Amino acid sequence: MSRARFLPLIIFGLLVAAGVWRLATPKDDRVASQLEGQKLPVFALPPALPGKPGLTSADLATGTPRLVNIFASWCVPCAAEAPVLMQLKRQGVPIDAIAIRDKPEDVAAFLAQYGDPFTRIGGDQRSQVQIALGSSGVPESFVVDGKGVIRAQHIGPIMEQDVPGILQAMEEAR
Amino acid sequence: MLFFASPLFADSTLPPSRWANQQLPDPRQEAAATALMQEIRCLVCQGQSIADSDAELAGDMRALVRERIAAGERPEAVRQWLVERYGAWVSYRPPVEPLSWPLYAAPIALLLAGAWLLRGRFRRKA
Repeated sequence: MSRARFLPLIIFGLLVAAGVWRLATPKDDRVASQLEGQKLPVFALPPALPGKPGLTSADLATGTPRLVNIFASWCVPCAAEAPVLMQLKRQGVPIDAIAIRDKPEDVAAFLAQYGDPFTRIGGDQRSQVQIALGSSGVPESFVVDGKGVIRAQHIGPIMEQDVPGILQAMEEAR
Repeated sequence: MLFFASPLFADSTLPPSRWANQQLPDPRQEAAATALMQEIRCLVCQGQSIADSDAELAGDMRALVRERIAAGERPEAVRQWLVERYGAWVSYRPPVEPLSWPLYAAPIALLLAGAWLLRGRFRRKA
């Protein structure tokens, strides 16, 4: 007999420890794209608004790394990210965008209000290219190298503290 | 000002995709599509399938499933395509891999452990 009677207590202790651990280290809910290291799927998006070219996968395989920003005018953190994107643009990072589920007039208003760092903006009104890229929300950004291979993904808005990481990823994509 | 570091899930002003909520005209295709949709996880509300979720991305994923099955793709091929993009987590039927076999083994193991703990109860009273 004897020591077996502590078994339920030990099991209970392990369950409590598991609970405490998970409370201290919350699960990361973000779903990353599995396409890192792979070539971009072929796509061709029309312009998200008049006056800007649309975006195709061929535009992202021109020999220099580019940053692809997945955003929407109705996305609040995208507004927070806008000044950082302008800063990256000033530092010489070429940025293209995909606007998710957006009307042209809303995209125009967003760019007028928050600035326009984008060379091209593709309109993805039914999220089909977003899904093809393995992106699960807005905003997200992909670093794509000169051959059209996805080298890095940043989930969520690019904030000040993320800039060095993005610049390094762009550098490594050369 | 504090902004969330993870994507905020506000809604767009565009209507849902046509095939997000409209059933396919062929009942067999619709049945296959529905069966698959109930096993694909919504990436926004991750406790629901895309069949149940009201999120816009779920609607667009439902439209994707319906359109592909209507075009003749097998449901397993559509599932595999989504797993290639989002990982095994997106399917409610994960493959049995070195990391996920405990998922299937644990219920059986727990039943056996419970039966062992109760072994004394099934003997006749002496």
